[in-house]
Amino acid sequence: MTTAAVHPYVASLLAGSGAVPKSPAAWLDARRASALERANALSVPTTRDEEWRFTDLTPLTKLQLQPAALPAPVTAEEVEAHAVPEAAVRLVFIDGILVPQLGSSGTLPAGVTVLPLADALKSHAALLEPHLTKIAGDDLFASLNTAFLNQGVFIHFAKGAVLKAPIHLLFVAAGQNVAAHPRVLLVAESGAEGCVIEDYVAQGEAAGLTNAVTEIAVADNAAVRHIKLQRESQKAFHIGSCAVTLGKDARFVSQAVTLGARLSRNNLAILQQGEGVEVAIDGLALIDGRQLADTHTLIDHLKPHGRCEQVHKTIVGGGAHAVFNGKVFVREGAQLTDSSQQNRNLLLSDKAHVDTKPQLEIFADDVKCAHGAAVGQLDPDHLFYLKSRGLPEAQARNLLTYAFGAEIIDRIPVPSLVAKLEAMVLARTEAGA
Amino acid sequence: MINKDAKTILEVRDLTATVAGVEILKGINLTVRAGEVHAIMGPNGSGKSTFAKVLAGHPAYTVKGGDVLFEGKDLFALESDERARAGIFLGFQYPVEIPGVTNSAFLRLAYNTVQGGRGKDELDPLEFDDLVREKMKLLEMNPEFLGRSVNDGFSGGEKKRNEILQMALLEPKLALLDETDSGLDIDALRVVAGGVNKLLNADNACVLVTHYQRLLNYITPDYVHVMSAGRIIRSGDRTLALELEERGYDWLLDGKKAAA
Repeated sequence: MTTAAVHPYVASLLAGSGAVPKSPAAWLDARRASALERANALSVPTTRDEEWRFTDLTPLTKLQLQPAALPAPVTAEEVEAHAVPEAAVRLVFIDGILVPQLGSSGTLPAGVTVLPLADALKSHAALLEPHLTKIAGDDLFASLNTAFLNQGVFIHFAKGAVLKAPIHLLFVAAGQNVAAHPRVLLVAESGAEGCVIEDYVAQGEAAGLTNAVTEIAVADNAAVRHIKLQRESQKAFHIGSCAVTLGKDARFVSQAVTLGARLSRNNLAILQQGEGVEVAIDGLALIDGRQLADTHTLIDHLKPHGRCEQVHKTIVGGGAHAVFNGKVFVREGAQLTDSSQQNRNLLLSDKAHVDTKPQLEIFADDVKCAHGAAVGQLDPDHLFYLKSRGLPEAQARNLLTYAFGAEIIDRIPVPSLVAKLEAMVLARTEAGA
Repeated sequence: MINKDAKTILEVRDLTATVAGVEILKGINLTVRAGEVHAIMGPNGSGKSTFAKVLAGHPAYTVKGGDVLFEGKDLFALESDERARAGIFLGFQYPVEIPGVTNSAFLRLAYNTVQGGRGKDELDPLEFDDLVREKMKLLEMNPEFLGRSVNDGFSGGEKKRNEILQMALLEPKLALLDETDSGLDIDALRVVAGGVNKLLNADNACVLVTHYQRLLNYITPDYVHVMSAGRIIRSGDRTLALELEERGYDWLLDGKKAAA
C-alpha cells in the first residue's frame, strides 16, 4: 500500500509511476515500492535545505512533467552527429526510452556485457541484485528515479576483463515537458578495466527534466573511467547523481563537463571502501546567460592510503550562476590519505556569480589534504604576455578563457570528444567576447 | 655595430613613469639606431626592467611625461599588441605559463597575427611547423616543446629559449630582452646568446637589460648604459661593463652622490 505524496509537486512528478511494468525480479519491485514511499514522504528541496542553499528549484516546479509514452522522433542522422567514433558500443535513449535501432554495437571482448536494464534483469539478475539501488542515495530525485526504474543500462566487466574503447551512452532530450529517469549500473569485478561516456544532449529547445542516476561498483584493483557530458538545451533541467563504491586498490576517474541546461545539478559521491585507492575528479562548467550549474561532490575516505586529486573549474559569463560544494571526508583510521581539491572559477562579467564551498572533515591525524578555491577574472599578466606577442585584447581574452577550460578537457582520453568540446568552448568564448 | 648614418629606431626623451603612484622612471633619454646593441645595466630597483616594460606597454605602469618615438612615430599612441605588430618585442624575465594552450598553437597564432599586421601571408599549420622546427634548431630546442602547454613546467632555461624562439619567429625591429640571462646555466646562456646573435642584423636593434656583465661576454654591446634611481647616470662602450664587473656599481653611485 502506498500513501499519497505529501508534496503536491512531488505527487505530480510521481504520476504514472504506478504504470511502470512489474520487474522480472521481485526484489526490484520491493525496492521500487520503498523508493516510492520515500519520495511520497519528501518535499521538493528549497534554499532552506543546506544541500540546496544556492540552487532554487522554483522554476522546475512551474513545469508539468510526465514520463514520455513514446520517444520523440529523432532521425539516425541527428543521432549520428553525436557519434563518438572511438566507442566500442553505443546505446541511445530518447526522452529516457531506449531506441535500439539508433544504437550501434561492435564486438565486445569476452567478459564485457552491455545490456538494456530490462534485459539484464531477466538474464543477469544475480549480478544486479547486490548493487542496483544499493549504491545511490535516497534523496528526492534518486528516489523518484528508483520509483520509475525501468529504462537504463547494465554494464558488467567480469574479473580481469579489459575494454580500452569507451562505451557510449547517449541520452537525447527531445520531447516537451518530459521527465526522463534513466538509470545506469556499472559493475567492474576485480582487475577489470573500462570506460563509460554518459552524454546528455538535446534535440530542439524543449523544456523538460532529465533525472539520471548512475551507480558504479569498482571492485578490488579494478579501474573505471566515467566521463559525463551535459549539453542539454537552455530550457532544460538536469539533475544527475553518480554514486561510486571503490574496493581495495581500485582506480576511478570522473570527468564531468557541463555546458547545457537552464538549471543543472551534478552530484558525485565516491565511497572508498578499500585501502589504497586512486581517484581523480575533474569538473568543468561553462555557462552564461541565465544558466545555473550546481556541482556537489563527495569523496569519503573510509579506509587508509586513499589518494584523490580533484580539480573543479567554472567559467561563468552573462548573468549565470555556478555553485560548487566539494566534500572531502577522511574517517577515523583512514591514515595516510592524500586528498587534494582545487576549485577555480573564472567570472567573465559583472553579473556572473559563483558560490563555492569546499568542505573538509578530517578525523584522522596522519593525512595530507590540500585545498583551495579561487574566484577571479583573467590574470592581467597573462593578458599582457599574449598582447606583447601581437594578439589583440579580445583574442587574448578568448584564448585564455579557452585555455582555462581546455586544461580539463584535454585530459579526456577520447580525441573526438576533446575536439568537439574544444570547438564548443571556443564558440562559446568567442560569442561571449 | 655602430653606423651613425643608420636610421633611428627608438628615440626616448625625458621619459617619466610611475607604478601605483610611485615614480620609477625619472627622465630617461636614449637613442637606438638600426644595427645597434645597447646594454642597460644597474643595481636592483634602478628601473631598468620597468623601462623595458613601459616600452612594451605593460598596463601596470603609467607614463607621466616625455616622448618615445618608434621609427619616428609616437609609441604611446599604440596599444601593446599594436606595438608588437609594429615590431617591438619584449623578452620576459619571467615568461608566464599558460596551461591549456599548446606552444605550437600559441606560436602560430602570434606569428600569423604579426604577419597579418605587416601585410604578409599567414601560414597554415603544416607550413608553420616546418618554419618553427627550423627556428628551434637555432636554439637547440627539442621539438617536443611544441606539443606542451606554453611554458608550463618548462625549466628557467627552457622558458628563455622559448622567448628567443618567439623573437626568431616574430622578427622584431627592436628586441627588448629583460634579464634574459637570469637563471641560466653557462650552457644555456651560450645557446640563448648564440640564438640572439644570429637574429641581429643591420636593420634591427636590441636593448639588453641585465644585472650582470656575464651575458655581454656572448652578446657584444655597442653601448652600455648604467641606470640608477630611474635615470641613466653613465653611458659608455663595452669597456664600461668590464669596469662594472671589476668595481661593482658603488663607485658610480658614490660619484653621483658626490656630484649632487
